[in-house]
Amino acid sequence: MKKEITDSAAPDPKEPGVPGSRPGRRAGPALGARIGAAVVLIAVLVGLFGPLIAPYAEDEMLPAAAFAPMGAENWLGTDYIGRDILSRILYGARVTLGLALAATMLAFVVGTFFGFTAAAAPPLVDTIISRLYDVVLSIPNIMLALVVIAALGTSMAVLVGVIGLIYSANVFRISRALAMDIKVMDFVEVARARGEGHLWIISREIWPNAVIPLASEFGLRLVFAILAVSGLSFLGLGVQPPTAGWGVMVRENMTGMMYGSPAALAPAFAIAMVTISINLIVDDLSSRYGRDISEALG
Amino acid sequence: MLPLILRRLGLGVLTLWLVSVLIFAGTEILPGDVAQTILGRTATPESLAALRDQLSLNEPAIYRYGNWLGGILSGDLGVSLSSNTSIAGIISDRFTNTLLLASLTALFGIPVGFALGMLAAVYANTRIDRFITVFSLCTISVPEFFMASAFVLIFAVYLGLVPAVAYITEFESISQLLRSLAIPILTLSFGVLAYMARMTRAAVLNVMRSPYIEMAILSGVPRGRLVVRHALPNALGPIVNVTALSLAHLISGTVVVEVMFAYPGLAKLTVDAVSLRDMPLVQACAMIFSAAYILLLMLADILAIMANPRIRHAS
Repeated sequence: MKKEITDSAAPDPKEPGVPGSRPGRRAGPALGARIGAAVVLIAVLVGLFGPLIAPYAEDEMLPAAAFAPMGAENWLGTDYIGRDILSRILYGARVTLGLALAATMLAFVVGTFFGFTAAAAPPLVDTIISRLYDVVLSIPNIMLALVVIAALGTSMAVLVGVIGLIYSANVFRISRALAMDIKVMDFVEVARARGEGHLWIISREIWPNAVIPLASEFGLRLVFAILAVSGLSFLGLGVQPPTAGWGVMVRENMTGMMYGSPAALAPAFAIAMVTISINLIVDDLSSRYGRDISEALG
Repeated sequence: MLPLILRRLGLGVLTLWLVSVLIFAGTEILPGDVAQTILGRTATPESLAALRDQLSLNEPAIYRYGNWLGGILSGDLGVSLSSNTSIAGIISDRFTNTLLLASLTALFGIPVGFALGMLAAVYANTRIDRFITVFSLCTISVPEFFMASAFVLIFAVYLGLVPAVAYITEFESISQLLRSLAIPILTLSFGVLAYMARMTRAAVLNVMRSPYIEMAILSGVPRGRLVVRHALPNALGPIVNVTALSLAHLISGTVVVEVMFAYPGLAKLTVDAVSLRDMPLVQACAMIFSAAYILLLMLADILAIMANPRIRHAS
């Protein structure tokens, strides 16, 4: 079953032996994906327990000077008002990753609901939903987010809502395409002939077969959500100080760069580690299921 | 071919119109009174009434939309709330600056990305290919401000090669301009070239799966010649398409880079307008960026149509 779905989801599966194709299926995940999984695990643990292991409190101003360099007291130095960078990164993991996760989950709930509905419902409903999402996809994501934030103001709820709804367009496209592929397969025809309802077909026939490609899409959207949450916070339009989001920390400490302080680089590095790691896992997953990551970038 | 292109142009205009509706609707999603929200709690009844009048809030939404769209079509973008001056006047310089940044980025990023993609395709499944693939994956994954701050620390602070801040007004010569824009251009180029390299590699390798390439391999054509002479001509269509797409992706990067380097461009203006909740200015900027985006996507499709010989030669 797996093989058939892979072939229909990707127009040109990479056959082994043909020039330019990737080597055949590996036994397990590639080295990069293993390292990525380890980093993601650490990030999750920090997100859960970060405040417990942080040497200082999130908003504790230390007697040390602002932009103190790395040292024994403050491993990653201090920020623009003398707060410990390492502690703030440990606190900020929960904020940045949590918000991104919430946005991604919102995107998936909304996107898969409309995607599977569009695939199972009458053509007119499909056309209406598809055209609406086409319009959303034809505005640069960042511009749509900026317009909504300008109207609604900055809050964490707006941040999660706007990112989740924008990315639900990408999830919609993929889940609809997957469901369309699966829908015409024999077992769905059989269920339909048996007289099963739309809901049953979606939940019992389409969903189990779509879950693996959707998992790699989930990873990809999570990366984009982390970039969007931290990016908008960096612009001053997301998480607001004094909360220690990773994007906010980059914004706060930018002036320190002129003195060579790594205060802005450290939180940016934390984001980069997490996003690269997730993408390494997704890349490995999709190379084994025949879908190139570049295809999903739009 | 012409009917297809005309259809695509028509679709582009339709999309642009729908986008204008969506962007305008952005102001209408406010639950309460727009004037109240913009002015905050300290607003006096007089200032509220004046702002309502200025925004024509007493008129129905459809009338305001008509006015707004009509204004845009005739080149009148409205009046900025924060500075009380004509938006067209504020935007023109900013627009040129952003266009300069984007063109310099394209000039550098696209050829380098193309070269890397070709290199990865010629040496597919070797160490060179894997290095380029992982490098481009990492570049696509990291936030723009990570690369920007790393470049600033390395090139401006530690090595002292270039200034850390892009003051476009203070240049005297072309070389000085390039020096002060080096880090912003480098940051933006990385995103473009990584995307370009991945897509070029994919397009060439896709052609490499054709039977005629297999024939060429069997005739003993060396790998480099095979890719450049046999595969590349048929991959050019998708690659030209990708070039337009990777430029469209430049927009989000521009926003971060312009803010980071205090570059006086349109994207920085947009972010400032959002902070000040200057809705007419936000709408005008969002419309310009969206129009550029739609134009690039349309160009990508039209080039793909023109590059396809089956469509081109069909009478």
